[in-house]
Amino acid sequence: MSARSVSRLLPRALLLLAGACAVPAALAQEVLIRNATVHTAGTRGSLDHTDVLIQGGIIRAVGTGLAAPAGASVVEANGKPLTPALFGGITDIGIEEVSGESATVDSTLKLEDQPLRPEFDVSLAYNPDSVLVPVARVDGIGFTVLGANTGGGFIAGQGGVMRLDGSADPIGPLALFIRLGAGGAELTGNSRAAQWMLLEQMVSEARGRVAVDSPHALLTPAGRATLARYLGGQGRIVVQVDRAADIRQLLRWAAREKVKIAIAGGAEAWRVAPQLAQAGVPVFVDALGNLPTSFDQLGATLENAARLHKAGVMVSFAQRDDASHNARKNRQLAGNAVANGLPWAEGLAGLTRVPAQVLGVGDRIGTIEPGKLADLVLWEGDPLDVGHYAEQVWLGGRAVPMRSRQTELRDRYLAPASAEPRAYTR
Amino acid sequence: MHRVLSVGIGLALFSIATLPTSAASRFVQDPYPSTYAPIASAPVLISNATVLTGTGVRLDNADVLLRDGRIAAIGTALAAPADAIRVDGLGKWVTPGIIDVHSHLGVYPSPGVSAHSDGNEMTAPVTANVWAEHSVWPQDPGFAAAMAGGVTSMQVLPGSANLVGGRGVTLKNVPATSYQAMKFPGAPWGLKMACGENPKRVYGGKGTAPGTRMGNVAGYRAAFIDASEYIAKNTPKQPKKKRWFSGSDQGDSAGDSGGKRDLKLDTLAGAIQGDIRVHIHCYRADEMETMLDLSKEFGFRIAAFHHGVEAYKLADRLAQEGVCGALWADWWGFKMEAFDGIQENVALVDRPANSCAIVHSDSPEGIQRLNQEAAKVIANARRAGIEIAPERAMMWLTSNAARSLGVEKQTGSLEVGKMGDVVVWNGSPFSSYALAEKVYVDGHQVYDRADVRRQPLSDFMLGQEARP
Repeated sequence: MSARSVSRLLPRALLLLAGACAVPAALAQEVLIRNATVHTAGTRGSLDHTDVLIQGGIIRAVGTGLAAPAGASVVEANGKPLTPALFGGITDIGIEEVSGESATVDSTLKLEDQPLRPEFDVSLAYNPDSVLVPVARVDGIGFTVLGANTGGGFIAGQGGVMRLDGSADPIGPLALFIRLGAGGAELTGNSRAAQWMLLEQMVSEARGRVAVDSPHALLTPAGRATLARYLGGQGRIVVQVDRAADIRQLLRWAAREKVKIAIAGGAEAWRVAPQLAQAGVPVFVDALGNLPTSFDQLGATLENAARLHKAGVMVSFAQRDDASHNARKNRQLAGNAVANGLPWAEGLAGLTRVPAQVLGVGDRIGTIEPGKLADLVLWEGDPLDVGHYAEQVWLGGRAVPMRSRQTELRDRYLAPASAEPRAYTR
Repeated sequence: MHRVLSVGIGLALFSIATLPTSAASRFVQDPYPSTYAPIASAPVLISNATVLTGTGVRLDNADVLLRDGRIAAIGTALAAPADAIRVDGLGKWVTPGIIDVHSHLGVYPSPGVSAHSDGNEMTAPVTANVWAEHSVWPQDPGFAAAMAGGVTSMQVLPGSANLVGGRGVTLKNVPATSYQAMKFPGAPWGLKMACGENPKRVYGGKGTAPGTRMGNVAGYRAAFIDASEYIAKNTPKQPKKKRWFSGSDQGDSAGDSGGKRDLKLDTLAGAIQGDIRVHIHCYRADEMETMLDLSKEFGFRIAAFHHGVEAYKLADRLAQEGVCGALWADWWGFKMEAFDGIQENVALVDRPANSCAIVHSDSPEGIQRLNQEAAKVIANARRAGIEIAPERAMMWLTSNAARSLGVEKQTGSLEVGKMGDVVVWNGSPFSSYALAEKVYVDGHQVYDRADVRRQPLSDFMLGQEARP
């Protein structure tokens, strides 16, 4: 392949696939993307007519008039938007295949005795071959954090940040997931007040104030060690909580115990926005959630993200429903937040830089800056607008085949019917 | 109205062509009639807008005049009546009011409290006797949220736990204290049926029938056999030839020997006779084929398959049979029968001649942005090499939906004489950034994005400290 060979991006998925396959794997990580509108999501903001050079899977340079090294493939972007690969939200991608089939779902722990198991780590069940991975990836999703779900206790367990490049292990620290409020009350004796009582006791155990062999112990020794790490500031506790009153209690608790937290959901977070900003607590907003779905969400509004940002709160996005199979919908959340007052650049940051930083992987992904992993998406139009699609995704500099089980089903049935059954088409 | 009725072995073929065709059919009498009354409004002239008529036509720099609750004129340089409210449409897009054919607003309202969980009568697999309208809580804040998304009409359906879930009702999306005041005048009822996993899971899980897909089909057939017999018993007999020895023919309800009225069989009979529209929750292509055969076995017509995650696999047959596909843009994988979802489903169902593709929600979130769901379909189709014009896509949200509900003569398009159900958007509706700015129902402005006093607020939200 010559240095000047130009693999021009073609609009059809099939042709893209053919193009991607033609690039030998070793060379695939040497790419010059030329003349893009580069939305860095970093300090340089958005740059028109800009080139991005990828070498060894890493972004080497962002600028104009960059020369293509020998052997690099060159992609003419023709001014189209280039962004960091997007955050899919808090999902069960790779730990759930079909939600209704429990044998394919590994996100929830339900143990009869000692249900409170912070040491539970869903990342260990992660399957990089899940069909959900390519489905999310072809729509520009490059990373996600695996969310443990509450089943047996309001402490759900831990999950790691996964890049959707087929790799099997999380990058960066794990996060611990906890559910507070009405959604967790069934797991705490039917009162949300008991959540603080139980948390208090678990903290006491983790801090060694309760004998390991105490008959009242809630945590296993492993659970104590795990919780102690979070109490020591390693990793972030992501708390699913919506009601303003509960968020106030949470802020008080987090300040007292000196833990790093983030809020997921946070329907009424805007009502305590200044306190969240002051405490430096980021919020994963469900930006389509404007209904009083429960009594904890009476203050739900489409302006949640905009109001939080205005008060100085770091905003990212995560869906409450349909988060895993439809992780691609996360960009619709950002777009709608923008339609309801959030600046566009903050909408993009909420899908890139902010979640990467909040989850402790901001040194590797989340922006288009030299030294970062080349996890990039070239878009056919505005990435926050569902009226446009991802043309090409690179993860670690490798052009990902723009193919999933869904596109294969599509292509099989897109072809005109013939005498031969479609089962012979692949 | 579908008139062929063949109910299989043991039941004679007969024709019901002699039945009165009007809504006078005893099976669809309405003791809970609509009390909906449009609010009078001055004429409204929206000028210089991009107009998608809902019939597949786009008009640039066009005017739309609403008067006396109706679409009075569409064209350019329309003269405004002296008392008209003028709306500058420059840069705006105007469309018919959006119609959602699959909603559970009111029957599964917000907040989702157990006291208001009224959408599934999960006590027997065939509950054709229940009517969703009797569960509708008109104070569901979801109605106002849907209005802000441009929705002016919707069908509220029972859930999908049952083989036959009951009657659905079509509502105009207006704030009211009773559902009757929302009930779409003259709209036929829908009959909700369900294929596949849900009924067999709900009842099989209790150790009762159906516990399998074959049990599902046996259940539908048994119900329709009963309904067919019921129709036969309730069909007035041809008067016998008078003989000199005949007595009076005034006995036995003048030849009507139906006996006790049965609400369940009333509804199924109404469906067979075509007065109630059959809407079937069905995901898999093979099951939709089975249901099409079932409809022929018992002589009813299917208005639409709902969800139809695999509808793209039988798009041609759906178009040939005149059956609509009411579909999501991108939901998939939440259960096994949804595993084959693709993002081009609506586009592929739309592709054949005489097709009827509909974007539906089944969700209080989705109903607020059906326009964005359609935008996703357009984008994904474009990626697959299929260009779909906005005026075409608008049919999925309006006229095709109206057609499946049987209200296409009243609403679902901007045509002179139709209801003044209209949305003014801030730009193209097919975008994440699209916002409905003004919404009109029967020519009256029911929503104004720029004026919070022109936005309805549910009784439930009054006095809530946390209200945004």
